[in-house]
Amino acid sequence: MPFKSDLGWSDVTPKALFLNRRQLIAGAAAALASPALAETLEPNSLEDITSYNNFYEFGWDKGDPARHAGALTTDPWSIEIGGMVDKPGTYDLADILKGQPIEERIYRFRCVEAWSMVVPWTGFALSGLLNRIGVQPSARYVAFETLLRPEEMPGQRDGSFPWPYVEGLRLDEAMHPLTLLATGLYGEPMPNQNGAPIRLVVPWKYGFKSIKSIVKITLTDRQPPTTWNILQPSEYGFHANVNPEVDHPRWSQASERRIGAGLFGGRVDTLMFNGYADQVASLYAGQDLAVDY
Amino acid sequence: MRDRINATARRVPTAFLYIGGAILALWLLFAAVQDSLGPDPVKALEQGLGIWALRFLLASLCITPLMRAGIRLLKFRRALGLLGFAYAALHFATWIALDMGLRWGQIAGDLTKRPYIIVGALGLLLLLPLAATSWNGAIRRLGAAAWNRLHRLAYPAILAGAVHFVMIGKVWTGESLVYLGIAMVLLVLRVPQSRRIPARAT
Repeated sequence: MPFKSDLGWSDVTPKALFLNRRQLIAGAAAALASPALAETLEPNSLEDITSYNNFYEFGWDKGDPARHAGALTTDPWSIEIGGMVDKPGTYDLADILKGQPIEERIYRFRCVEAWSMVVPWTGFALSGLLNRIGVQPSARYVAFETLLRPEEMPGQRDGSFPWPYVEGLRLDEAMHPLTLLATGLYGEPMPNQNGAPIRLVVPWKYGFKSIKSIVKITLTDRQPPTTWNILQPSEYGFHANVNPEVDHPRWSQASERRIGAGLFGGRVDTLMFNGYADQVASLYAGQDLAVDY
Repeated sequence: MRDRINATARRVPTAFLYIGGAILALWLLFAAVQDSLGPDPVKALEQGLGIWALRFLLASLCITPLMRAGIRLLKFRRALGLLGFAYAALHFATWIALDMGLRWGQIAGDLTKRPYIIVGALGLLLLLPLAATSWNGAIRRLGAAAWNRLHRLAYPAILAGAVHFVMIGKVWTGESLVYLGIAMVLLVLRVPQSRRIPARAT
């Protein structure tokens, strides 16, 4: 007998409600992490998110990416996946996305510079891609690399920076269900200045871990080099977990300014693991987070 | 050219500078309140006030070297110095009230632990006695020699401001290094000629 659903078309959750439910879930997670923070996450405006960016490939100023990223060609796009994987190769973006369920995730985004936003990303779990490619048992880390194309990325003509930008995660961090490969925000394709066409989002780590415009993913058994750690090892560690108790040498990480809160918005307390402690704290059991910053 | 600049400078009242400086500060504040400084008005206001403080102070350091070149702008020096001080004080107030949101514990921590904040605060502190003795009566009471000696504090103060700017960056930016370079050149010009070039055996 063929399967017959008793759910009709009218039972499909309207998109607006679906978005609200996501907000409630995110809010509930935050409430668990900190009883004082029983708020729902209100995303920043599209304008905030697309005009205030650190994407040094396009310049040092927060407004530079919005000004200069328009010239970036994001189609065709492919990612070279290699190292300790079963199916290495250069995959076209469409192929990467094949079979991955695209979801909306409203995440807090905390920059190491002590400002924060809330971003409604769309994307899929990095674990989905890694499972499909087949991670070999010897692999312990995932290394990522951003596009190197100085003719379209004017910031890369500055020779003082070790381009291309590289980042990395431990395999357990990469496989965590919160870790996202984002392909859009606000339900639209990823704006160039936010890391089109595909970027990483690791919501419990400082923003610089969430590498943009990815062209290479490598599974390895050794901790990969990461750009800010190379530049300033005393200020930027490999882990870079959001932690109000471990200060940046030049400023406190105990609080943050919310972009979009206006001139008199003041500061809010920074949450351990950016509010995702319940989901990720167990990854770091037994580690001294002041040493592994 | 030189004569024309001197003639124009004679005609322009110093009030012109004070009014211009006040309009610029009001415009910055107004734009910040109006939310037209972008997504982060606090940083924009803070940085705007800071950079203009440095510009006014560096301009005040240009007066003496220009005088050696025959360009007489001495009557503007006090206004430039006072504007620099006022902008630096507003910059500091913006940091305390709007950036730190009056979190006194964190403010106290930063003022004692963070080198770039300490350097900036020291610069502002050094400017305080200069601003307090910027009126004619103070020069009379202190005597010109003592007053001149006291006002040499402007040199370390401005250097502190420029170093503070360089230290803030995540990486050293060209812009902040240009300001530091200008400050260094203007300070080297203060070193007496005889001491500037080491004696060389012939």
